[in-house]
Amino acid sequence: MKTIVIVDYGLGNLRSVFRGIERCGGVPVISSDIEALRSAEAIILPGVGAFRDGMEQLGEMKDALLDASRSVPVLGICLGMQMMLEWSEEHGMHRGLCLVPGKVRRFPRKPGFKVPHMGWNTLELVQPDNPLLDGFSGGEYVYFVHSYYVETLPEFSLTTTDYISQFSSAICRDNAYGVQFHPEKSGAVGLGILKNFIGLI
Amino acid sequence: MVLTRRIIPCLDLKDGRVVKGTHFIELRDAGDPVELASRYNEQGADEVVFLDITASKENRGTIIDVIKRAADQLFLPLTVGGGIRSADDIQQILRAGADKVSINTSAVLDPALISTCAEKFGTQCIVVAEDVRRNYDPNPDATQVILPDGTRCWYEVVIYGGSKPTGIDAISWAREAEERGAGEILLTSMETDGTKKGFDIPITAAISDAVGIPVIASGGVGTLEHFYEGFVNGKADACLAASVFHYGEFTVRQVKEYLAERGIPVRL
Repeated sequence: MKTIVIVDYGLGNLRSVFRGIERCGGVPVISSDIEALRSAEAIILPGVGAFRDGMEQLGEMKDALLDASRSVPVLGICLGMQMMLEWSEEHGMHRGLCLVPGKVRRFPRKPGFKVPHMGWNTLELVQPDNPLLDGFSGGEYVYFVHSYYVETLPEFSLTTTDYISQFSSAICRDNAYGVQFHPEKSGAVGLGILKNFIGLI
Repeated sequence: MVLTRRIIPCLDLKDGRVVKGTHFIELRDAGDPVELASRYNEQGADEVVFLDITASKENRGTIIDVIKRAADQLFLPLTVGGGIRSADDIQQILRAGADKVSINTSAVLDPALISTCAEKFGTQCIVVAEDVRRNYDPNPDATQVILPDGTRCWYEVVIYGGSKPTGIDAISWAREAEERGAGEILLTSMETDGTKKGFDIPITAAISDAVGIPVIASGGVGTLEHFYEGFVNGKADACLAASVFHYGEFTVRQVKEYLAERGIPVRL
């Protein structure tokens, strides 16, 4: 039994993450219960929507999540990844969970580039030996939808993706993992990421 | 490596079954939507759109069930449209496993719905679908578009499945939708929809130039070249088609292989 708590803070599509974990042999539990977070073997912090709302809706779960991240792997997806950073400039400056150094910035305007960055783009491996990327060789397509991107130090960057700038599309520091793309929406490649994450338990 | 152009099969649903109409009126029944979506997934579809064309409050449960079944089997992005009128509708659809919702008539009748829902659920999941047609009547306030034969016209937003003209300039409306927080525009031209003569290139290019968010071209695909034209001349970020895929004229993979040979970046 590898129980993975998918943090439910109100919005968005959790069903696909749930089914993805199931498909990869994990036991997913959707919960907003602090005790469930404290006893989880791994945690997924999903998320769509705005940064500030996401942080607010985490509320009391925030401390439990930070405590848990000292002993079990946590995977942030999309907004969930962005919330792991120190700051976001989305609609003002807002404090994040500070699990990974760096900040979240808006894509600058660039002719010929639409924002949100929406669709399938490729991964370039920065740390191919990281267990989250087991079986990956670079060039895999994954699905992105985001208008803000993560800026962190190279040592915390697992993969980068090229859109307007070369941004960090997967990050890691100790137990905290984050992916800007949606593994639950990226077909077999995405399921590979979820499987590797379960393998960290 | 770059962001690839997307090919999006659209499934028109009536009472939970797949149909496809010509000019939105004639309907033919065929197929289970989840089975069909799964086939598209295997062919390499980048997303799938479910359009509930006879959506009403009474049959909301039917589409919710389709979304759940699709989300349980397919790990690719799902967009759902048709009859969405409120933030509650959107919440239900997202909870069932959809990633994006497309709103059309209700956004025109109440533009604040775009702002409210973009704020609540995030810009990335609000697709504003816009049905347009050419209007040759003089209108100094509207953006003039020059057609390939030199004729001038403006494009008018139509609602209720294309049956009611609104007098609203399509290009201004696309800009307003973006300002209000739409993450994407799904553009269908009534001039070309169901004709198989290709996308309405002039309005697709004009709207793609006018907004900074992605534009999905829809309505009129009949050949592989039409997809190419949609991306190159229409400047679309994604092309949507229903019947050519539905009736097996070609597969999603064939379209992508064709585009790749001609230098359009696609995910193969």
